[in-house]
Amino acid sequence: MTDTSIRNGAASAPLPLTKKDFSSDQEVRWCPGCGDYAILANVQGVMPTLGIPRENLVFVSGIGCAARFPYYMETYGFHSIHGRAPAIATGISATRPDLKVFVVTGDGDALSIGGNHLIHAMRRNANLTILLFNNQIYGLTKGQYSPTSELGKITKSTPMGSLDHPFNPVSVALGAEATFVARSIDNEREHLTDMLTRAVSHEGTAFIEIYQNCNIFNDGAFDAVRKNRPQQIRLEHGQPIRFGADDELGVALRRTGELEIVDVDHVGEDALLVHDAHRADPGLAFMLSRLSHTPEGATPIGLFRQVERPVYGTQLNAQVDEAVARRGAGDLAELLAGPDSWTVN
Amino acid sequence: MTTKTVEQRDTVTIRFAGDSGDGMQLTGNRFTSVSAVLGNDVATLPDFPAEIRAPAGSLPGVSGFQLHFADHDILTPGDAPDVLVAMNPAALRTNVEDLEPGATVIVNSDAFSAGNLRKARYDTNPLDDASLSAFNVVSVPLSTLTVGALDDTGLNKKEKERAKNMFALGLMSWMFSRPTEPTIEWVRAKFASQPELADANISAFTAGFAFGETTELFAHSYEVAPAALPPGRYRQITGNTAIAYGLVAAAERSGLPLFLGGYPITPASDVLHELARLKHFGVRTFQAEDEIAGVGAALGAAFAGILAATVTSGPGVALKAETIGLAVSVELPLLVLNIQRGGPSTGLPTKTEQSDLLQAMYGRNGEAPVPIIAAATPGDCFYAAIEAARLAVTYRTPVFLLSDGYLANGAEPWRVPAVDDLPDLTSAVQFADGPNHGGEFWPFQRDPETLARPWATPGTPGLEHRIGGLEKADGTGDISYDPDNHQRMTELRAAKVARIAEAIPAVEVDRAEDARLLVLGWGSTYGPIRAAVRRARADGLPVAVAHLRHLNPFPANLGEVLRSYDRVLVPEMNSGQLQRLLRAEYLVDVQGYHRVTGLPFTTAELVDAISHELKGLS
Repeated sequence: MTDTSIRNGAASAPLPLTKKDFSSDQEVRWCPGCGDYAILANVQGVMPTLGIPRENLVFVSGIGCAARFPYYMETYGFHSIHGRAPAIATGISATRPDLKVFVVTGDGDALSIGGNHLIHAMRRNANLTILLFNNQIYGLTKGQYSPTSELGKITKSTPMGSLDHPFNPVSVALGAEATFVARSIDNEREHLTDMLTRAVSHEGTAFIEIYQNCNIFNDGAFDAVRKNRPQQIRLEHGQPIRFGADDELGVALRRTGELEIVDVDHVGEDALLVHDAHRADPGLAFMLSRLSHTPEGATPIGLFRQVERPVYGTQLNAQVDEAVARRGAGDLAELLAGPDSWTVN
Repeated sequence: MTTKTVEQRDTVTIRFAGDSGDGMQLTGNRFTSVSAVLGNDVATLPDFPAEIRAPAGSLPGVSGFQLHFADHDILTPGDAPDVLVAMNPAALRTNVEDLEPGATVIVNSDAFSAGNLRKARYDTNPLDDASLSAFNVVSVPLSTLTVGALDDTGLNKKEKERAKNMFALGLMSWMFSRPTEPTIEWVRAKFASQPELADANISAFTAGFAFGETTELFAHSYEVAPAALPPGRYRQITGNTAIAYGLVAAAERSGLPLFLGGYPITPASDVLHELARLKHFGVRTFQAEDEIAGVGAALGAAFAGILAATVTSGPGVALKAETIGLAVSVELPLLVLNIQRGGPSTGLPTKTEQSDLLQAMYGRNGEAPVPIIAAATPGDCFYAAIEAARLAVTYRTPVFLLSDGYLANGAEPWRVPAVDDLPDLTSAVQFADGPNHGGEFWPFQRDPETLARPWATPGTPGLEHRIGGLEKADGTGDISYDPDNHQRMTELRAAKVARIAEAIPAVEVDRAEDARLLVLGWGSTYGPIRAAVRRARADGLPVAVAHLRHLNPFPANLGEVLRSYDRVLVPEMNSGQLQRLLRAEYLVDVQGYHRVTGLPFTTAELVDAISHELKGLS
């Protein structure tokens, strides 16, 4: 019943595609210097490497600066409603398993107005690649604090400082048991490319938090953890977790159950936690996400978790196939008559 | 055994009332099925509380099921019951006011204990005083008789007592000469895996039937002959089942797979349940995390080229409003089914009302016109769903389909249509497959006839494009803040919906000689209005009657029809919502009859309303 995927159309764009093939003719309207430009360029660069025909890519967004993203991609795109992109994208991916569906969202869109849809998409393991551009501020409405802003943030709507404790997006995703959870940074080209590539090949919900600079309302929010800064921890599956200017620091698990930052020379490399992104239990990944609330302290980037779990759309369609196999394709006349009809002469 | 006389009746209304846990809905449904198969015309009115099981014996816990069956075609579940079966004092108290003098009241005398009387706020036992003297009261110790009939089963007393509704059903089956075999077969099938329970229920049922035959409490039984319905194959159907089947039929007749995104809500959930069972028709149902996600996923599916629907009631529509507005803006087909209930807010979840018409019409930000269709009867829900799908797919627009709690749960005999006679929607489904503007593809280039934009679905090579809730440039669909473009797009969206008037039938008036009064209805008031007009005409009152299926846009001839009568009466289960629309649209001084009791209109009150309007004319 998924034959809607086949339309004649024009010919597919000839392969191999290039980055340019994914740039739409729309004028990009982000502020000069915005971190979104780097992310857009990176995504456009990754697309040709995926081997997916352009017509089978769909970008869905909500509202906010990040949500303008689909307009700039020469693919199918749907700029929808504040917070609702995961719901709309779930409808697309569940009914059309032949498509690769992306959700592009921001910290306000995904974690404030759309928090419910985000966690449920991840809980279900809908086949979506969710890119959350986190700039820890409301940009399009001109600078109010967001659900990821640090406590005490002074903004136009919080002149005496914000009072609400921020969300850590990676912690939220792990709490919702997302099957792929990663973090990257707007201008770390190779790292972001690597995370995007792995996310796209993941079956189920892949969630990437991307630290994104808003140079107008929250400039420099992530400077402490950018490339070559001592506070950045790069997670590598199977590797002991080390960081610092000379890799002199590491992360170890205390006998009491907490993670601690240790001096490697002091404790020895064998005492360090070895990162296992494929652990079934999300607990350790969650602890890693808690090392820093906001990127001031030592902050991990990279793949926190990737596990396999049945995919919502696949199962939904499998139930249809199973019902047809068990009961035969539905017969409308039989359905309408029902088992208890009678005849009036 | 003495043979009792059988008295012929042309029409009977029975109401079963008891505790929510007493099985009154099941009893009523069984009686309805048997009566329908017997050839009577039937109309039902289930009436139950929102609470699943309020405290036993309490007034809020009473659940009722009224059915009207006759030897001729009937239009309503009946005004006043001829027979009330009351399983306890609370059921008596909450229903006795609806009875006319002379009605028969059958009570379970075992349940009239001091405790139950207190719970029903009776100071004295109504069976012992004169308060019921206007009625023919028959006290039957239903619990005792049921327990007695199940003596040799292995069930405990509580389990035995639970079968008392089957005893009551048996007694009523005797009283109205219903065949027993279909019910026995039905019990066997229902309890196939628990033969002990099947036997017990059948024993209670046959004991009830035998009790009627032998007791001296009843002098005679009644017979209601089959009705002369148009020939054909019939089944019993409720509005919610009919809507679900209508969607499946629309999918099959359009060649599109069906997707339903929804969230449980009374009284709409049964549509979700029904469709969830029909996966072998390629139906995919999605129980979302909330109402917004239900409609959101449906809109996503619509973008992907699926026949997409969401089903809810008024409070859910309030939550979906923003997504419906987006569907207006991106011009995609989307079915929004509102099974209306009493409002505002949570209101009366299990009771009926027609008070969401203006919500459907105007309940969105900005200028966001949406076509609206309303179903008239439970069986008509099937055809209304197909029509809603036809408009949505043809015009690439969200469409509201309004049903309500009365249609949703009410049942009637329904002539089963031949599949080939159903509308063929394949020509309405046109997917874009190539450039439409020189060598380019313009997602908002319109069909000159319908003004619909192309339905270009992901997966189609060369038609990659972006849509969204920002205003789009006419034609290209690019974001546009141009003042004149916004004016033009607003007009185009309105014109597209208005143009539907050219593709729907004219409103048909059932005229009466010399009629100066037109009674105009919409939705589930169809039955009560037709019944009232029939009775008014029988009383010699000249009345014309018409019913609207399309509420936005209105049929092209409606203004002319309204203006050709001296007076127009619009009865509605709201405070005058259609009346307001008609006055605004046509400047005709339409009169209203408005009541919101959570129950359908009675024939009698509408006859009074008609008489009142006619007096105003003379």
